Amino acid sequence: MATISLDFSAIFNYTPVLLRGIFLTIELTLVGALGGFVVGVLCAWARTNAPPRARYPFVAYVEFIRNTPFLVQLFFLFFGLPSLGIRLSGFQASCLAIILNTGAYNSEIMRAGIDATSKGQIEAAASLGLTRVLIFFHVVLVPALKRVWPALASQVVLMMLDSSVCSQVSVEELTFAGSFIQSRNFRSFETYLIITCIYFILSYIARRFLLKSDEWLLVRRKVTHG
Amino acid sequence: MRKGLIIIFAALATTLCSVAARADTLDDIKAAKKLRVAVMQDYPPFGFAGPDMQYMGIDIDVANELARRLGVKVELTPVTGANRIPYLQTKKVDLIIACLGKNAERAKVIDFSAPYAAEYEGIFGTSELKVSKPADLAGHSISVSRGATEDLQLTNLAPAGADIRRFEDNNGTLSAFTSGQVDMVATGNTAIMTLMKKNPARKAVLKFKMFDEPAYVGVNKGEARLMQTVNDIIAKLRADGTLNTLSLKWLEAPLSPDLHD
Repeated sequence: MATISLDFSAIFNYTPVLLRGIFLTIELTLVGALGGFVVGVLCAWARTNAPPRARYPFVAYVEFIRNTPFLVQLFFLFFGLPSLGIRLSGFQASCLAIILNTGAYNSEIMRAGIDATSKGQIEAAASLGLTRVLIFFHVVLVPALKRVWPALASQVVLMMLDSSVCSQVSVEELTFAGSFIQSRNFRSFETYLIITCIYFILSYIARRFLLKSDEWLLVRRKVTHG
Repeated sequence: MRKGLIIIFAALATTLCSVAARADTLDDIKAAKKLRVAVMQDYPPFGFAGPDMQYMGIDIDVANELARRLGVKVELTPVTGANRIPYLQTKKVDLIIACLGKNAERAKVIDFSAPYAAEYEGIFGTSELKVSKPADLAGHSISVSRGATEDLQLTNLAPAGADIRRFEDNNGTLSAFTSGQVDMVATGNTAIMTLMKKNPARKAVLKFKMFDEPAYVGVNKGEARLMQTVNDIIAKLRADGTLNTLSLKWLEAPLSPDLHD
């Protein structure tokens, strides 16, 4: 049997590239998690509360995003839009693609949570004199988010792993760092082993953190009248 | 969770063990009657897919000539500039014929045959751009295919203020230029020649030449017999004028007589 000599020092020479990659992956994830959350709530609200005709654009957006590949969406924003005079940098295009993509998936998840709200609760809140906005926030949205929180958390982790695709438009995130190092030292096994482990650690921490985070993010506060 | 980890380690262990000693690649090729060659499918005129998705280009013609003279069939595997060496190292292919340039880093992991063709690598940009030497690159963005020799060279000679944008394959590198995402592109003259024939919205002209790049056949280390056979065939192809004919056909220039290792 041939022996394989592992040489990890060939990778640690590139520590700054790796660190920068980790930082950018975390940055993309944060942008996607926050932006995707806001877009998701807006779309979920529009699709359950807006007048029926006004719902169409949101339905179209969500269906369009969920039925096309992320890589193609990203290429369209980066390589396609310049033809219309809109020039986004690789990082800008990646942020936008991630927010649009995560937002669409989040809105479907949140909509499921919202649909599970019983009519009786809304009527009870209305009879207590809460405004429509307060009812949506306290009676519909927050309990709905609590119901679907694990799904939302897993969406963020999936999105973090998907952000590896952004390496294709020259964003120097973790996968880019891996391919860059590999293209310099040809140590594919060691390089991708380390990149895989870093992704695993990042996902594991993110998942642990997110699954617990609803306890302090979605605290039930006492609602005072109007 | 624990079970999952055990499976992962078992898979890793299997991977490590499966690289067992094996027969000489030349014998394998003859036994299988099949020469497996890594080629590019987006790098005209070296290797590219035609309208009917058939591979063509000077690399494909050289691969066919090699297989024909070995008396075996050829099996083409599409690769990118970044993954062609891993394909060879993991023995998914027997040879790389993919406009492969030579450098010290690569020579540590694979061997190179005698050259069979040559092009030059340069910086190309729109005609109004005033760039004629590496120092002028400061303040400009330049796209390049990650890991290609032009990437390594550009990384060395670019001044601090240059914004090098690296793409996975040549398609991305050229699209970044034609779509206006970057000011300039670092690539081979033949790639630009082919691109300009398609009459893109942005025209690229040579800003400065970086270096000549002969193309070599890549062979795994420790395959002396296969290397000898490949070199013998290349010498014959050169002597009987085949390589010159192919160079005229695809690169629109005769094979340089002083082409050597």
